[in-house]
Parts: sequence; C-alpha cells; structure tokens
Amino acid sequence: MRGSSVEQAIEAGEAPRDGRGMAAAKGLLKMRETGLIAIILLLIVVMSFASPYFLTWVNIRTVIMAFAVEGIVVVGMTILLISGGIDLSVGSVTALAMVIGGWLFLAGFDPWVASLIAIGCCTAVGAFMGFFVTKIGLHHFIVSLAVMVIARGICLLGTGGRPLGLYTLPPEFKFIGQGSIGPIPVVILTFLAVVAIFDILLRRTTMFRKVFYTGSNERAAAYSGIRTKRVIFATTTLCSALCGVAGVIYMARFGSAQPTFGLGMELNVIAAAVIGGASLNGGTGTILGAILGAALLSLVSSSLALLDVSVYWQDIIRGSILLAAVTIDLFLNKRRG
Amino acid sequence: MDDVVLKISDVHKSFGAIHALKGVDFELKRGEIHALAGENGAGKSTLMNVIDGILAPDSGTIFWNGAAVTIASPTEAQKLGIGLVHQEIALCPDVSVAENILMPQTNLSRKFFVDYAALEAKAGEVLRQLADIDPRARTGDLSISNQQLVEIAKALTLDCKVLILDEPTAALTEREAQLLFGIMRRLADQGIGIIYISHRMVEIFDNCDRVTVFRDGSYITTMDVAQITPPDVVKAMVGRVIDDLYPAKQAEPDDNVILSVRDLSEATRFRDVSFDLHHGEVLGIAGLIGAGRSEIVKGICRIEGEVTGEVRLNGKALTLRDYGDSIDAGMVYLSEDRKGSGLFLDMSIAENISALDLSRISRRGGMIDSRGERERARALGERLGLKYGKLTDPVSSLSGGNQQKVAIAKMLSVDPDLIFLDEPTRGVDVGAKAEIHRILRDLARSGVGIVVISSELPELIGLCDRILVIREGRISGEVAGDDMTEEAIMSLASVLEHEGADA
Repeated sequence: MRGSSVEQAIEAGEAPRDGRGMAAAKGLLKMRETGLIAIILLLIVVMSFASPYFLTWVNIRTVIMAFAVEGIVVVGMTILLISGGIDLSVGSVTALAMVIGGWLFLAGFDPWVASLIAIGCCTAVGAFMGFFVTKIGLHHFIVSLAVMVIARGICLLGTGGRPLGLYTLPPEFKFIGQGSIGPIPVVILTFLAVVAIFDILLRRTTMFRKVFYTGSNERAAAYSGIRTKRVIFATTTLCSALCGVAGVIYMARFGSAQPTFGLGMELNVIAAAVIGGASLNGGTGTILGAILGAALLSLVSSSLALLDVSVYWQDIIRGSILLAAVTIDLFLNKRRG
Repeated sequence: MDDVVLKISDVHKSFGAIHALKGVDFELKRGEIHALAGENGAGKSTLMNVIDGILAPDSGTIFWNGAAVTIASPTEAQKLGIGLVHQEIALCPDVSVAENILMPQTNLSRKFFVDYAALEAKAGEVLRQLADIDPRARTGDLSISNQQLVEIAKALTLDCKVLILDEPTAALTEREAQLLFGIMRRLADQGIGIIYISHRMVEIFDNCDRVTVFRDGSYITTMDVAQITPPDVVKAMVGRVIDDLYPAKQAEPDDNVILSVRDLSEATRFRDVSFDLHHGEVLGIAGLIGAGRSEIVKGICRIEGEVTGEVRLNGKALTLRDYGDSIDAGMVYLSEDRKGSGLFLDMSIAENISALDLSRISRRGGMIDSRGERERARALGERLGLKYGKLTDPVSSLSGGNQQKVAIAKMLSVDPDLIFLDEPTRGVDVGAKAEIHRILRDLARSGVGIVVISSELPELIGLCDRILVIREGRISGEVAGDDMTEEAIMSLASVLEHEGADA
C-alpha cells in the first residue's frame, strides 16, 4: 500500500506526500507568514465581538507598544538563531543597558553619551560571548546562560537591587521612549525602522546570506570558503547590541533603570522567533515571521487580560502556543528527508 | 533446500522519491561465502540494513530457516543470529576496545554490574585471531584499520549463524585482509553463512563461493564463482557495454603544468608530498581509507591542517591563509561528504550554487541580484544536464546524482583553474556517474585541472590518465597508461609489513 502510493507520486513527478488534499493545504500553510496573519486576523475578529474596547486605537496602540521594544530584540535573536546560535542573556543584557545608561546619567554624563556607552557595553558583552563560542569552542546555550546570570548580578550589584529614578532626564531624550510623531509613538516608528532595515538586509544582502549558509550547514559553509566563526561572532554581537538599543529605549520610556527588568524576556523572544519560523537548528527564519510571532503572543496576552483571565493562565497558554506552533511545523516539514 | 538459512523475497524499500530496492531476491546457504556485488547505489547496503532490522522494508518477506520473520531491530537480528559489520565504522571512540566489542552482550546482560575482567578476557580471545590490539585501549586512539578489525571482532563474538561484512577491506592492509579471509573460511566451514559485500573482483574470485549482483536497486543474477570470470560480474554490475561508462582519455600528454606541489607536509597526516598536474590531464589519487588522500588535498586548499611546502598554480607560488584564499586563487575542493559538508540541503538550488563566491551575484552595496543568481544557476544547470523542478526548490528534493551536479555546479560557478573532487560519484546512480565522468573529461580538455580521489579502483582506472597512490601519508607510487591495474594499485596502497597495534 505504502509502496504503491509512493510509485504514483514518483510517476506524477513530485516528492511523495501523504495525499493530495494534504499537499494543497501544506502548500498554503508552508508560507508561515500567511498562516500567522490568518490566525492574528481571526483572533482580532473574535476579540472585537468579545470586547467592544478591543478595536479602539488606544488598545491597538497598547498591544503594539507591548511588543515593539522587545521586537527589536526579537530581530537580533532571529538573526542569531538563523546562524545556528541562541542567546539566553537578552533580558539581563537589556537591563544592563538600562542600568549602565542610568548610572552614567546620574554620574553627570549627557544622556545621549550615556546611552551610547551603554549600547557599547552591551555590544562588548556580545563580543565576549562570541569569543567564548568561536575561539574557545563552548556552546551558545552555556555561554549565554552564564552571561545571563553574570549580567543580572552586575545590574543588582551596581544599583544595590533598587531601581534608579531618572527624573531629570531631559524631555528630548524622553521623546525616544514617550513621544509621538503625529498619532504614532516614536517607539513604534523606531521598531518599524529596525524591522524594515534588517528585513531587507537579511533577505537581500550577500553579507547576511552568509548567515543562512552558516546556520544551514556550518561545515558546508566552511567548505565554501565562508569564515563561519566570524559570522557567528558577528550575529552573537549584533543580538546583544540590539538588546542595548532596546534597553536605552526602555530607559527613556520608563524614566528609570530597573535592575530586575527583563526577567523571562528570553522565553518571549525565542518563542516569537520560533513561532515565526526560525529553527533552533539554524538556517531558517524571517524577520517578518518573527515579528508576527511576537505580535501574536502580545495579542493573546492582551486578549486574555481583556477577558479577565488570570495572569497565571496566560503563561500556560503562551507555552502551549509555542509547543503547538513547533509541533505543527515539524509535521509540515517532515516529508523533507 | 533446507540448507538455505536466509532467503529474501521481493523486498521493496523507498526513501522519499528514491526507490532503493525494487523487489530484490537473495538467498544464503549455510557454510557458504556469498559475495554481493554492485555499484554504489545498487542497494547492497540498504538490503543489509533491512536484514539487520535497521530499516523496515516497505514490502516483501524475509525467511529465516524457511520461516517468514519480521526483524524490527538490530537486537532482534542478533537474537536470530545475524551479525553485521558496517561499511562505516560505528564504534564509541571514548570507551575501551573490549567494551565496544562486547557491547551487544552488555546490552542484553541481566547482571547489574559489568564484569570488566571477564569482558577484557573475552575480547582479548577474539582479538588474538585478528591482530595485536590491546582490549583495554581507548578505541578512538586506534588506527582506522585497527578500528575496522574491532568492528569485525564485535561481529565474531555474536554467536551468529549469518555474518554480513559490508566492504570490510576498504581500510585494511593486504595482510590484514588475508587474515580476515582465513577467518571467514574457518567460520564458513563451521556452517556459518557469510555475506561478503565488495566490488573488488580479486577478493570475490579468491574467496567467495557464489556471487549475487544488484544494479540500481534490482536483483540481476546469482552465479557460481567457479564457473565465471570477472568480466561476467562487471557486465552484470554495469549492465551495458563498459566503454560507455568512461569517456576517451587524453590523446597526447601535455607538458604544461597547471599545479605543482613540492614537499608538502603536515604534522601527523602526510609528509613530503610532491607531484605535478599537467594541462588536459585527469589525475587520480588512490589509497586505503585513512591513508591521507583527502587530507593532502584539503591541505593544499588550506581547508584544514597546518601545512608546509610549496604549491604553484600555473607557475605562480601560492601563499594561502585559508580556503577562501584558495577559492580566490582558482582552486576549489568538492567534498566527499555531500550531505555533511558539500551542500546546504534545506536551501535552494540557486542559493547552493552561489555559495562559493557571493561577489559574483552582488550588485553595488552588497545587495543580491536574485535574477542574476537564478540566471547563473540556470546556465550552469544546463551545462551539466541538471534535472530539477524550480531553481528555488531545496536541494534535498533532488536525487543523489542531481545533488552531486549541484555540488559540481557550485565549483564551476567561480570558473576555477583547478578542481579537486573527493569521491565525486559516491551514492550516484550509474547513468549520472557516466555523465559526471564525461563532464570531468570535458573540463580537463578545456584546460581546467582535474584531480579525482576515489575508493573505486575501476573508476580511477577508467577515468584517469595517471594515478598517484598514497600509503600512510606518503606517495608510494604512480601508475599510468596500461600499468593502471587494480593489482598494481592495491600493492602500492598496502602496507607490506604489519605494524603493530597503533599506526
């Protein structure tokens, strides 16, 4: 039975699949972004009936604001995942940027200079991790796990565990976290700019094509003359640098630096990228997909909040969505031998 | 027919679009050494994996002593009495030789603690017949040929009725191989049926009783070795006039040197390698597995290893920092491990072909010219006779032969002066094989240097104008023209004196 259906498939000149109906469905679902948009739209329609408040501009803006800054980190994580790495330290490193920026500001630095130094420090943290991964040969998981704890420790040590109030931040600096251009918050504009830039870079440039080669098959990439260690070093550093950018924006938005900020952020960020089609094995993923993944998670959270579902349920549901997305993906791609 | 211990009837097996076994039959008698011959991709190893319970057949029946059986796992195969020595070495490098040899028994043991003394004594007993290997040695520290002997010892400890040896001599020296043949005959005399997979005619005709030939996943014939000659087997394996498989050779030797290597050495893997490659010539490199063939070539291209010595390409001395520099200089390497290090299986055909030099598909500012990329891929695909659906399909959707053409297209995309090809036709069907040979010959004729490493001696002899033989990291000799025979190459490749436990 199995043998004969395979033969038919071969005669039809295509790879063997489970059946014809399934094949068509798979073709559509294979476009991960299409599927995610459909699910998001469905959720929006359902929620607009469930809550009259849902489709108001205020709520929509809140939902987008909720993932916009984190979305910048999602971009970095997605690129890192494509290259075959992972970073558990994103939450701590984001907090580190806030703490360093805030501390320097309180020490009398100009807030812009303080921010640049903070981003520079985060970039250095990324380079530090990249060094351990590419030169020493440790796994991303372990290195970033260690750095996650170390960076958090530095945050707590530097602040004595208390948030730094930055009440004297000048308004032009607060603008990047709190201002709007027309009706649209600057945070959202910054986020969209980062997404657009890296989406184009990733899909269209030879530099980022090497990221795909490296993540898809590091040995084959090395056998194609690609300096794979350099690529992995760069993606590791970039991810931390983008954490720095996010941290600075958070600082401007909250007018404070919180040493405990970003606990559990790595889960959200990795989940968003994976729901959006990035693979932990490297080689696949898109910025658009990852951002849609982040949007879906944020939308679900806000929907559950509007429906008065307990916060504790939200974690359970978020985790389940992640598991469902990855399982579906596995089955859709299984036919590839 | 009650002396038939194992019978295979109409077994089918497919992997995706590839129909690896198309209803094959096979029969093994007690006490016989039965050779299974066929080209790469003929289905020999697939059938052995079915017999050993590693792969489940799609359909067909396995008879064990006349009764139909289902073998769902290697453990079940062992319980029946089937021992398989794999072509690839599959040992745990970090544990001792004894633990590796007696792994199946340890796995089945009901005792809570492992009795290491008994383990080592038992392993030592088996090993003594084969070679002087310390059962307490760490397996990964052994030479490749000794590891192969450990694999064989592992199968011998099983109380087996059927022993399957899948190309066991590929890494063995002549002497070790002779020892193995002696043991095989002794086991056969005890009533054990032995399946011996090989495509070396000499071994089949010196040691086997019957031979069965597979071709492209189909059963072709079974013959008594005593009543036939090697050309009969070759004809059955190839299935057509053999001249077709290899293009005409270089008519006149050309004195112009493309590549000149002098005194190339590396810390442990090769020493004092010197040779020239002439214009229009296809140069072969032969040697046992582990002799250092690939390592020398990778050293020349700077893919791995710290080498000393001089490399000149078209008269110019090269100083390369890494493989990227080698590509820029016009020297590329096609990996023997197509799936592991040759291709990006989940990426598209076009993306694979561009991987060597992205500057060729980039416009100003490093942006990728997608249309240009596809156009280049299409042109190369056409030149190589690549069969595909869309250029944006993943490479994993192609057959082995077409995947290999993508890998070759990737090499050609940078217009190289010299291509090293490591096992260029491994896992490729006969038709594609002949095409690849033709492509290589055409390239050589057009002035591209071609160096081919292959474990298949008939391929090297058929394809190359000249063959270098590597033994233990040195060039042990060179054959050309009518001197290129399997016997001549094997005697140059083999170590004449046995050299103890560790090489």
